[in-house]
Amino acid sequence: MSAQPLNMETVAWRLAQDIPSGSYVNLGIGLPTMVAKHLQGAICHSENGVLGIAPLSGEADEDLINASKEPAGLAAGGAFFDHAMSFGMIRAGYIDVTVMGAFQVASSGDLANWSTGEALPAVGGAMDLAIGARQVFVIMRQLTREGVSKLVERCSYPLTAAGVVERVYTDLAVLRVADAGFIAEELAPGVTPAQLQAATEAPLTIPDAIPTYRASIVEAPA
Amino acid sequence: MTEVQADCAAAVRDVFDGAVVMVGGFGAAGLPTALLDALVEHGARQLTLVSNNAGSGDDAIARLLAAGRVSKVVCSFPRSTNSEVFQELYRNGDVSLELVPQGTLAERIRAGGSGIPAFYTPTAVGTLLATGKEQRWFDGRAHLLEHALRADFALICGEQADHEGNLLYRKAARNFGPIMAMAARTTIAQVRRVVALGELDPETVVTPGIFVDRVVEVPA
Repeated sequence: MSAQPLNMETVAWRLAQDIPSGSYVNLGIGLPTMVAKHLQGAICHSENGVLGIAPLSGEADEDLINASKEPAGLAAGGAFFDHAMSFGMIRAGYIDVTVMGAFQVASSGDLANWSTGEALPAVGGAMDLAIGARQVFVIMRQLTREGVSKLVERCSYPLTAAGVVERVYTDLAVLRVADAGFIAEELAPGVTPAQLQAATEAPLTIPDAIPTYRASIVEAPA
Repeated sequence: MTEVQADCAAAVRDVFDGAVVMVGGFGAAGLPTALLDALVEHGARQLTLVSNNAGSGDDAIARLLAAGRVSKVVCSFPRSTNSEVFQELYRNGDVSLELVPQGTLAERIRAGGSGIPAFYTPTAVGTLLATGKEQRWFDGRAHLLEHALRADFALICGEQADHEGNLLYRKAARNFGPIMAMAARTTIAQVRRVVALGELDPETVVTPGIFVDRVVEVPA
C-alpha cells in the first residue's frame, strides 16, 4: 500500500458535494469539522443547542461555542434551544445528515467511533446522532497509523450503532454501504483499484469503470 | 416562591452530604462557576454530580472533584480536554461513573422534570450502554427503557432573572439550564443580572420562575 495519502481537506470537500443546499447538517468533532467551510447553503446544527452554527468570525464569545467546545459564530437566521430539544431534533429525524469520524466501519454499516475499549469511555452525542440522523456519512483515513484497514467485515471495537452508515469518504475512495458490502463509487485522485482493494479488509465491489473524482479545491486549509 | 440571595454561599447553604446535584453547562458555556466554588467552600461530601462533562483543566467542576466532594458522576463525556482530575479519581476508584449518551441524559432530565418516570429511546440499542436495559419494539424498531433523573439541587447559569425567578439565558449557555431547573427539588440560578419585576418581557421568558427557588447575581 503505497498510495500517496490524500489531503483530508480534499476528502472533506468531496463529501460536502453530496450535501444539498438547504440540508440540516450536524458535523461531529475532529475531521468532520473540516467539512464546514465547503458546505453550500446547508444549515449546521450543533448538539449543544444551536442551529446556524458557523465558523468564528470576529471576537470569540464564551457563550457561543460549538460541539467541540471551540468558539463559534452564528449565521443569520440562527437559533438557540435547550439540550432536550436539540436531541429531539436528532432522534426524531429532523437532521438530514450527520458527518462523523470513525475508528471502524463495517460492511453492514455498523459504526464504531466512541470507544477503543482501553481508555476512559466518553460517548457524548455520537449514539443519538448515529441512530437519529436521516443519513450517516463517515469521513476518515482508510488505514490506521499502523496501516490496518478501518473498513472491516465486523467491528472489533464497541459499536456506536448497528447498520447506520450510508456512505464513507476516505483518503482513498468514496464508498457506499450496500447489502453485499462496500461498493466503491469513486477513487480519490492518484489511487488505483488495486490500492483500494489492498487497503480494505471487508467485502468490497470495485466496478470496472470506476471514475476518479477531480478535486477542484482551490485553497489550502487556513 | 423565589428568594433572591445576597451571595452564593447563602444560595448553596443547605446542600447536604449525599445529595444529587445537577450542574448545567456544556464546556464553559453555562457553567455556574460561582455556585460551584461556593459549594466547594460549603463542604458537602459524597455528592452525585449530574452534568454533561466531568471537569476540564481546573474549571469549577474539576475543583469540586479535586476537593474530594464527589462520589459519583452521571455524564456523557468525561474525557474532555485536560480532564485529568476526573481521570485520576476514576482510575483510583475514588469516583464511580454512569456513562449516558448525551441525548438520553437530556431526555432523562427532561422526563424527571415533567412527571414522566421512564421512557423508551432508540439510542444505544445493540451497544455496551444497552447492557441490563429492558428492550422493547415499537413500529418495527428496538428501543431501550430509560428512567427519569431527578436531583436534590440544580445549579444553573442564566443571563437575567427577575424577583419571581423567571429566567433568560444567553446563546449556547442555555444548554441544560431549562431542563435541569425543572428536574430538581431546589433549583439555584446564578445570573449576570437580577432585574425588577416587570422588566422581563413575558414573551421571552425561557424558564418560568415556578421552577426556580433561588437566584443570585454574579456579574460577568
